[in-house]
Amino acid sequence: MASSSSWEEGDAAAAAAAATDVELLKRAWRNEKAAPEILRFEAALVARAREQIQLLEETVEEFMENGVDDLVVSLYQMDLDRTLFLLRSYLRIRLQKIEKYMIHISKSNLWNRLSEQEQRFAKRCTEIMEKHLEQSVLSKLPYGYQSMLKQSISSEEDDMVPEPQLDTFVFCKTKGAVGAFQLDDIGDEIVDLVADDLYVLRYKSIKGLVESGQIDLV
Amino acid sequence: MAGQSDPHISIFSAPEVEFLAEDEVVEIVPNIRMESLNMICGDFGPFFPQIPSKVPLWLAAALKKRGKCTIRTPEWMTVERLTQVLEAERESPREFQPLPFHYVEISRLLFDHARDDIPDIYMVRSLIEDIRDVRFHKVETGLETISGRTHAVKLKNLSAMEVNIVRPFMVRALQAFYKHDSPQMIQQADTMGSKRSQGADRGPRRDLRPR
Repeated sequence: MASSSSWEEGDAAAAAAAATDVELLKRAWRNEKAAPEILRFEAALVARAREQIQLLEETVEEFMENGVDDLVVSLYQMDLDRTLFLLRSYLRIRLQKIEKYMIHISKSNLWNRLSEQEQRFAKRCTEIMEKHLEQSVLSKLPYGYQSMLKQSISSEEDDMVPEPQLDTFVFCKTKGAVGAFQLDDIGDEIVDLVADDLYVLRYKSIKGLVESGQIDLV
Repeated sequence: MAGQSDPHISIFSAPEVEFLAEDEVVEIVPNIRMESLNMICGDFGPFFPQIPSKVPLWLAAALKKRGKCTIRTPEWMTVERLTQVLEAERESPREFQPLPFHYVEISRLLFDHARDDIPDIYMVRSLIEDIRDVRFHKVETGLETISGRTHAVKLKNLSAMEVNIVRPFMVRALQAFYKHDSPQMIQQADTMGSKRSQGADRGPRRDLRPR
């Protein structure tokens, strides 16, 4: 049974109950869209969703052959389309992030968050970008300015690599009570995160809570 | 395949928020018999004429469109309840009343698809509009209190569409304050040009070095 997020019964209780894969995928999609950096690829979830989609595709085809009521077929088709949209949208938002931050991702431990296919995509993408920049601009610049990663040879670090802005603010919703939570590295800002509440916080400070699934981005 | 929101601002488009709202459960009264539906998003039915059943809003709308059911107006969408909410909304200038997270979208979808099932539809519609206005006014006055010392904003009961509307402004305002208030920024202004911001916690990006 789908766990409804009814506002009267505690959301936390609903979330704790077995959520459907669609529900989980929706959460993953939302989080991915709202988070500035790329999150861990939900490999198992995506595999399950794919499987269910394929199964339903076969069922719908069968229905059509056996002359099952048009209405029923169209309802299943809608369910299928919705799940497909969700899955595609999830994969796409990830690709957009990869395209934007490919170099940063490939040079940090974010690399492990990508699926195998995404890693292949990122590699190819970087190669193409490198080649293009090399041919069109970099090779024509004077010595010392030919790096794709550095502004000039005197730069100490790679300062031409776009990075996600982790100290941006995000809207998030708590499911259960998280308790007193330290917001800053300095530690003078403490917020008591109670259940089912909505906050605007710096992504960096709640990063861990998003990753552990204690908090959802909206 | 349309429907993907602008990738540069991590924000949901209105249709995307509506898509999420369509999964909210409503009660329908079917007028047909139908076997249960075992869908990816859950199992619904079996359906019998005149026996109420719970389904997601998109399914309800699809059945309604084909004249196979009536949709029961959710309890919170009655004139009585909404009048209470509006009153409470007006009385507490700092708090938002609890409404479904997708109240704007749900009511909108029901107005579009099931107008004949909603008692006192004109009254309900204008009440919801009033509630939205009052709430949004609160959001706007709330924005005035943002300062450089704002590290967190609590917006209990703010709904999905409201979040989506204030997001761009709110995020940019908070970020601007945060940036200008950060010690690094101040320090960097002092030692402009001689030393770059240190540490992994990067401050604002350095401008291109003039040569």
